[in-house]
Amino acid sequence: MTTVAHRTLMEGSEALARAAIVAGCRFFAGYPMTPFTELLEHFAKLLPSAGGVCINAESELEAVGMAWGALATGARAATGSTGQGLSLMQESFSEITLAELPLVIFNMARGQQDYFQATRGGGHGDYRHIVLAPQDVREGVEHVQLAFHLADKWRNPVLIYGDYLLAHTQEAIAVEPLEFPELPAKEWALDGALSGSGASRSVTPLGVSKVGQPAMGQEGKAQYLASKIPLMEREARVEAGHLDDAETVIVSFGSPAKFVKYAIGLLRAAGYRIGYVRPITLWPFPYDALAAAAANARRVGSFELCAGQMIDDVRIGVAGRAPVTFIGGVSTDHSGFGVGRLLDVEAVAERILALHEDRELPIVPGYESFSYQLQEHQA
Amino acid sequence: MSERGEAGIPPREETMSKRTTGVLDTSSPPSVPARKVEAAVPDLLLTQEHQMCPGCGEPLAVRQFLETIDELDVATRAIAVVGIGCYTAFSGSMDVDLVQALHGRAPSVATGVKRMRPDALVFTLQGDGDMVNEGLQEVIHTAARGEKVTCILLNNGVFGETGGHMTATSVIGQRTKNSLDGRDAEYHGYPVLIGDLIAQLQGAAYVARGSVHNAGAVARTRKMFKRAFESQLRHDGFTFVEVLTMCPTGWFIPTADGPGYMTETLGEVHIMGELKVDGRIRTTQELHDENVAKQREHEAHFAAGGERGG
Repeated sequence: MTTVAHRTLMEGSEALARAAIVAGCRFFAGYPMTPFTELLEHFAKLLPSAGGVCINAESELEAVGMAWGALATGARAATGSTGQGLSLMQESFSEITLAELPLVIFNMARGQQDYFQATRGGGHGDYRHIVLAPQDVREGVEHVQLAFHLADKWRNPVLIYGDYLLAHTQEAIAVEPLEFPELPAKEWALDGALSGSGASRSVTPLGVSKVGQPAMGQEGKAQYLASKIPLMEREARVEAGHLDDAETVIVSFGSPAKFVKYAIGLLRAAGYRIGYVRPITLWPFPYDALAAAAANARRVGSFELCAGQMIDDVRIGVAGRAPVTFIGGVSTDHSGFGVGRLLDVEAVAERILALHEDRELPIVPGYESFSYQLQEHQA
Repeated sequence: MSERGEAGIPPREETMSKRTTGVLDTSSPPSVPARKVEAAVPDLLLTQEHQMCPGCGEPLAVRQFLETIDELDVATRAIAVVGIGCYTAFSGSMDVDLVQALHGRAPSVATGVKRMRPDALVFTLQGDGDMVNEGLQEVIHTAARGEKVTCILLNNGVFGETGGHMTATSVIGQRTKNSLDGRDAEYHGYPVLIGDLIAQLQGAAYVARGSVHNAGAVARTRKMFKRAFESQLRHDGFTFVEVLTMCPTGWFIPTADGPGYMTETLGEVHIMGELKVDGRIRTTQELHDENVAKQREHEAHFAAGGERGG
């Protein structure tokens, strides 16, 4: 392969930043927060020489506001944080979506506990973000470029759901530009040129418009945006394997999905009829793929590193065709930032096999002492 | 009705007598009918209709900066970022490329716009609730970074859109819907003199506080807009124009009392003048002393039989 020559060993954060710049991103603003910090560092280092700007914003509120302004000029722009920092940005995320601005958001999450935040619209109002969940750095490089394309294609924010592993794993990576279908020019983008012409433009989340231009009103705007949501659902992406004769189907996303796939490979080799579904887009969720996978299965398991959030979507997709069981769990390191003890091929395989054999899930060693004890007045 | 209100509306008879004894003789029609000598509509305004209350000072301020942009011949690179308040209604009538921002967040949005379009004239339009309450850190940091944008504050010391509630710039003693007996320093705290805060920051190149309570103030404010925009276009640094605007509805006073109430309350605390020019900072206290000295000079001039405007 000729591409091998171009590969460089780099950490995920650098690869993602380079992919964004290759995709045409020229503005980034962020606020340091583990494990997202290195992504900001790489943008700060790389963007100026690419003709762009990276601002070390004074808060997440300001970071997302700055990206908003950059987007309004038609530039490709992004921001990011961990889920905690993204919580602060939610008001702007809602309104940026209503203003139809193509923001790309990076969540270098602490585990997988931000699934609801990412997929349900963490802010107010009716909106959805397309959410891409790469399983490793290589896929992350593709997803980042795809994210900028999809954001412009739909004029809707796209979120990259990453984690500590994606941000910090060193891989030999070639960041090559991907080809995407051509998109129309951004005639809505502001440069001031039409000011004073009677046809000046406004980028607004509100249903108002300039005097003399058609206005939707708040009700009309909400209706218009709601009607875009089912159209964006066409972007659902999924990977599945070993489903043909699978009695047990495991659903997982992001870095843990790579562990699940490996564990299932081992179990398959040992003769167990187990398959997997990996949603690549968390929204739109690949419900059809789940329905098909569950049609001939006896049981479905949701492996996610949280208290169980994606399982809601798994249940919607399975729609009663098979029982759905949560086989994941909260799993971070002691600091809460990194990878916990559940992200281990043996531990994952053990839980999958327990589900497959209808046994109780093994207790994760060391987690027993953290169990909530029912108190008398709650019994 | 307040005492001020009763005193503020002159009895009809007095008005009539003034008409017949005033400077202009209006007892017979003029020999030449009145006519418009030049267009009264600024080129950057799509309509003269607005949704503000009678006596509101905001339309006066908006008109001044729109005409200034026109005067500087930079309309085709002007981009506005508008906050949330009564003045948001102007986003439909200003013929300027425009981003509608969230409450408080306009300075950051303007930062993003300017960084991607360094040659544009980028300005925010915000109220005191928007800028000094909700988004105080935004404007402070934007000023400290020396962003080449102009933040325009329409300061009426009250949340006008919600119906007259206390803001961070409401002055001590000011009655609002949530300070019914007047703002009490012990209970509600003190107002923020935002212009003074910003002037102290190294990134701020030009800081001024104007007003629209009479024609002279409007003219001075117009000059402030011009200096701020020119400074931005020279890439000097962050520029800031605060404009005190009347809000008789939010102040619960008769419409005609707006200008007088403003100069006696807000205007006594948020003093008009240029707070920073070419790196020289003048405090509100210094401006106050200068204004008082100027006033005394005028009074002495009149007392000695001098004419107004002399």
